[in-house]
Amino acid sequence: MTTSAVVLVLAAFLASAVEAVEALTVVLAVGVTRGWRSPLIGAAAATLALAAVIAIFGPALALIPLNLLRVVVGTLLLIFGLQWLRKAILRASGYKALRDEAALYEREIAEARVAGTAMRAGMDWHAFTLAFKGVFLEGLEVAFIVLTFGTTQGSIPLAALGAGLALALVAIVGAIVHRPLSRVPENTMKFSVGLMLSTFGIFWSGEGAGVEWPGQDLAILGILVFLTLVSLAFVAGLHRLHVARVAPAAGAVGIGE
Amino acid sequence: MRFISNFVRFWYDFIVGDDWVVAVGVVVALAMSALLAHNDIAAWWVMPVAVVLLLMASLWRATAKS
Repeated sequence: MTTSAVVLVLAAFLASAVEAVEALTVVLAVGVTRGWRSPLIGAAAATLALAAVIAIFGPALALIPLNLLRVVVGTLLLIFGLQWLRKAILRASGYKALRDEAALYEREIAEARVAGTAMRAGMDWHAFTLAFKGVFLEGLEVAFIVLTFGTTQGSIPLAALGAGLALALVAIVGAIVHRPLSRVPENTMKFSVGLMLSTFGIFWSGEGAGVEWPGQDLAILGILVFLTLVSLAFVAGLHRLHVARVAPAAGAVGIGE
Repeated sequence: MRFISNFVRFWYDFIVGDDWVVAVGVVVALAMSALLAHNDIAAWWVMPVAVVLLLMASLWRATAKS
């Protein structure tokens, strides 16, 4: 397996795991409060809808000329990756609160309890819609990553393998523990995915635009290392800045008390 | 009409996200890379440097708000 193939599977695995944990939180909260039948049907329907999206757009992507595809996909992946990376850096440095799956789970439960029950044709449509929306929206990002990574790298099955492994793992753990997976180091995973998406985005968009990378495919590793070091430096710098800003404020509160 | 605006907003949020400057910056940097490459000038450094500058600007904007 080549380096880029390993990174492809790993990126699809990590991105899918993060999104699957978020979708699982919604489905678990709805299932625990309103019964399992409707949310499970909603989640299954969303999975089918996502499969249809992949089936329709997957072959269509293969028809686009490779260089054009690399520019478009690379640009989108880069913008997408920088969003993930930016949020992960802000969370790691303390500027943004870390995602708390347990708190989100409690909030989803409270919302599901308050909502009325609209039973039609033996289905709780509120529970169905919540589960469908949760799985479909989170899954759309996974579908996007699998399709674009897979097509540009010439191996949708390999990207799908990474995603499938992550979904299976999260589903099995979710079924066993029946609780939100709050111990998953979500920000670290998001940080890694952001780095990988940005790396491939830089490489592919550049290649599509006619850039000749020194070392060809090996440049991917170089970009990844460079971006990782820069991002870690941003985390360290922002963390220091955050501490410096918070400490005087905390001191001022202390003096005032 | 509302469906269309919701549809456009969803895709805008999905692709562009919180900071449109990053999206515009990436497109500009790519155009610059293409221009240099087509004039046989080494362009491999443009995207990595642009990404670092864009990330720095975006983080600065985000932390200035908080």
